[in-house]
Amino acid sequence: MKSPAHPAPSSGTQDALSRRDFIRVSSLAGGGFLLSLALPGEAWAQPAQALDDSTRAFTPSPFIKITPQNIITILAKNPETGQGVKTSLPMIVAEELDADFSSVVIEQAGLRGDVGAQFAGGSRSTPDNYLRLRRAGATARFMLIEAAAQMWKVPAASLITAHGQVINPANGDRLTYGQLASKAATLPLPDENSVKLKSEEDFKILGSRVGGIDNPKIVTGQPLFGIDQKLPGLVYAAYEKCPVFGGKVISANLDHIKALPGVLDAFVLEGTDNISGLVPGVAIVARSTWAAFAAKRQLQVVWDESAADGHATETYAAKAAELAQTGGATVRHDGDVDAAFATAAKVVEGAYAYPFLNHATLEPQGCTAWAKDGGIEFWTTSQTPGSGQDLVSRTFNIPKEKLKLNMVRAGGGFGRRLANDYMAEAAAIALRTNAAPVKLTWTREDDMRHDCFSRPGGFHFLKGAVDAQGRLSAWHNHFVTFGYKSSEKVASSADLSLDEFPARFLPNYRLDQSIIPTIVPTGPMRAPRSNALAFVMQSFIDELAHAGGRDPVEFRLELLGDDRVVPPGGPQRGPAYDATRMKNVVRLAAEKSGWGRKLPRGEGMGVAFHFSHSGYIAMVAEVAVAPDGTLKVRQFTAAVDVGPIINLSGAENQVQGSIVDGISAAWLQELTFERGRAVQGNFDTYPLLRSTETPAMAVHFLQSRNPPTGLGEPAYPVVPPALCNAIFAATGKRIRQLPLTRNDLRWA
Amino acid sequence: MPAYTLKVNGQARQVDAAADTPLLWILRDHLDLVGTKYGCGIGQCGACTVHLNGVPMRSCQLMVSTVVGGEITTIEGLDPAGRHPLQQAWCDHDVPQCGYCQAGQIMTAAAFLKSNPHPSDDEIYGAMAGNLCRCGTYARIHAAIKQAAGLPAPGGAK
Repeated sequence: MKSPAHPAPSSGTQDALSRRDFIRVSSLAGGGFLLSLALPGEAWAQPAQALDDSTRAFTPSPFIKITPQNIITILAKNPETGQGVKTSLPMIVAEELDADFSSVVIEQAGLRGDVGAQFAGGSRSTPDNYLRLRRAGATARFMLIEAAAQMWKVPAASLITAHGQVINPANGDRLTYGQLASKAATLPLPDENSVKLKSEEDFKILGSRVGGIDNPKIVTGQPLFGIDQKLPGLVYAAYEKCPVFGGKVISANLDHIKALPGVLDAFVLEGTDNISGLVPGVAIVARSTWAAFAAKRQLQVVWDESAADGHATETYAAKAAELAQTGGATVRHDGDVDAAFATAAKVVEGAYAYPFLNHATLEPQGCTAWAKDGGIEFWTTSQTPGSGQDLVSRTFNIPKEKLKLNMVRAGGGFGRRLANDYMAEAAAIALRTNAAPVKLTWTREDDMRHDCFSRPGGFHFLKGAVDAQGRLSAWHNHFVTFGYKSSEKVASSADLSLDEFPARFLPNYRLDQSIIPTIVPTGPMRAPRSNALAFVMQSFIDELAHAGGRDPVEFRLELLGDDRVVPPGGPQRGPAYDATRMKNVVRLAAEKSGWGRKLPRGEGMGVAFHFSHSGYIAMVAEVAVAPDGTLKVRQFTAAVDVGPIINLSGAENQVQGSIVDGISAAWLQELTFERGRAVQGNFDTYPLLRSTETPAMAVHFLQSRNPPTGLGEPAYPVVPPALCNAIFAATGKRIRQLPLTRNDLRWA
Repeated sequence: MPAYTLKVNGQARQVDAAADTPLLWILRDHLDLVGTKYGCGIGQCGACTVHLNGVPMRSCQLMVSTVVGGEITTIEGLDPAGRHPLQQAWCDHDVPQCGYCQAGQIMTAAAFLKSNPHPSDDEIYGAMAGNLCRCGTYARIHAAIKQAAGLPAPGGAK
């Protein structure tokens, strides 16, 4: 028989105080208390609601708050840049909490010290937080059950939960989590390891399709993004930097600028030598963004451009060709490649090159900052807010605790916002606006020409061999890469792991390396290193498959070898490589794409795979190339193993987006340099793929029983080689240089 | 600075701004309608798309002095309740990734469907070709437009 819902208990204080061994209770101003729970490697501490029984919320961890009014709030801990973590991470909490996801409130965290590292990079949000968040949800659920058990005086083990309620199946009694909140708040926190997690078979939320939590705001244009921030008395800023990377200001027509309509101030920032920190430039503060932009066009700055000499895309290419002749330093040599070449059935050589790339987030870099009370408050789109706080603290000598960071949705990240240069600029300007909050907005041209984390270009001079049995027998790569103002040290994200595939998978492997100094700052872009290396490796493997007269899928499966996990070749070389998982996705992509179909000349299918960011991905591309060289990308079939999927809709969106992004880059994009400056400044010269060129896409998830891993990055690197291999199949033209626009695809 | 009276989302709004100020920045900085986004400033990306007398326009290319007297509609005014069929379809198909371009996409699609309520696939692609999505959500945009137009779902990815 059902009994009426129990009212919230009127007293729990006594209970709480009698359990001091379990809960550390300390006085806070205003009568709150601190609940501390030790988790491995970190401290959870959360100021809870005031000790007022009628309104006491249940906050067993920073991730969950349940009020007696039954409002369930889940904290979204990491920066949201479009990768979907503001939705997917709270889904993990809600699953174990057993709350209906549609009824919970998601709250975006600012930078805080009690939720583990807060960043959006390396596709780490899922693997780093999966267990932590499951335990947070399960712990809360455990305590809510315990609260009900005590109120009903029945064993906790006899109770179940569903839809945000604790239920007694024996008599049908049920209480909402809200009704149990005040009681649960008085209970001791259990040892998190003793709390039983759900069996994956019982998941209701994880693996389902859930729409992005901010979608309603996005489609109605509500304030949401970094650039949307508005504060009382807000002023607007623009910042002009030297077109030559790192160039300093000698002089500027500041008096003229200050006299322009709407301009409040203009000043030179000397800056630092940190190219991803406060870069030298001229700041303009105005009454509106447009007033600042318009004034910026009238700026006349004398720059020190002395660093520019000899830095141009063509110079770099010439230098690489020269180094190809002289050879590089051998950094890995397994077996004996020369002996293998001497006895090979086929030897193939290929010189590959790919350009520098810009992140081109659609929301340009910017930041809102308010200097007050000896500190600064930020509204930032940073992917690494903690590093941003460090940078500002170091640059301006302000203690970190005086720097408050609100994390705001970013209009795209792709690795660009791992740097915090715009935060340092906003801070420098905010310190000179007489306590008025300031919103710094970069123009598109600023954004494209001052990417302090450009994807580095590179050159690979390859020689490979196939033996008499048609197996890949030797691989020799002379990798010519870049060093930031150095010919000794490889620049950020311009390195090639000693274990990069196909190293470890064939007996004779040699890697030589040379470094060209550059003044172009480089850094991580979506799937750093992989985003370029997969093109080279998977294209050259394709060349060798064809040279050996082999089917490209069969050749790859044979190269991956027996079902096994291949350990790293040495310390600090990254994760092991699960050949079984990769073979499974290669087979799945081949099967789902109809691999092996006979196609007429001018049409072709290409396959590629890549392992990065813990994800195993294979794709098959299908293209048609008209005799005049006009390319039509018809279809992409992706097979993805990142373990169990958290949000099926978001995961599929990331893979589809990676396909479009990968085609966009491979086909259209290059950032070139002349006289030490980036040439392209906007989307007219640095195009993005448009809707008319989007292929049909099929995404298949092979949800293996491995820990779930991230999907913002690992699909992207596979796209360019699959596309280029399909073009070869269609036309017989091997693409060794990106973008495709540098190639003549005519075949008739 | 000169004063202008604009008609935005059915309301008369007064602004003081330089004559060459793009409507984009009038909306964002002067009227606090920040749904219209800055992406390129040269009419290449479509993130700033609004309707001027029902026609989709790049607000970064419209000087304030030239839009006086016109009916300006922004994403905030597309539907009084925020439940335009396109807005609904965008949520149903979970279109956005970062979401920054989507207001512009929806405004272009809304004007397009008004002039062509039963478009073909190719007509949809053509109409949307001027709006860039850096995250690559084009397939879902296409599917959402078809839903809003009452057309059957496209093949391939949803």
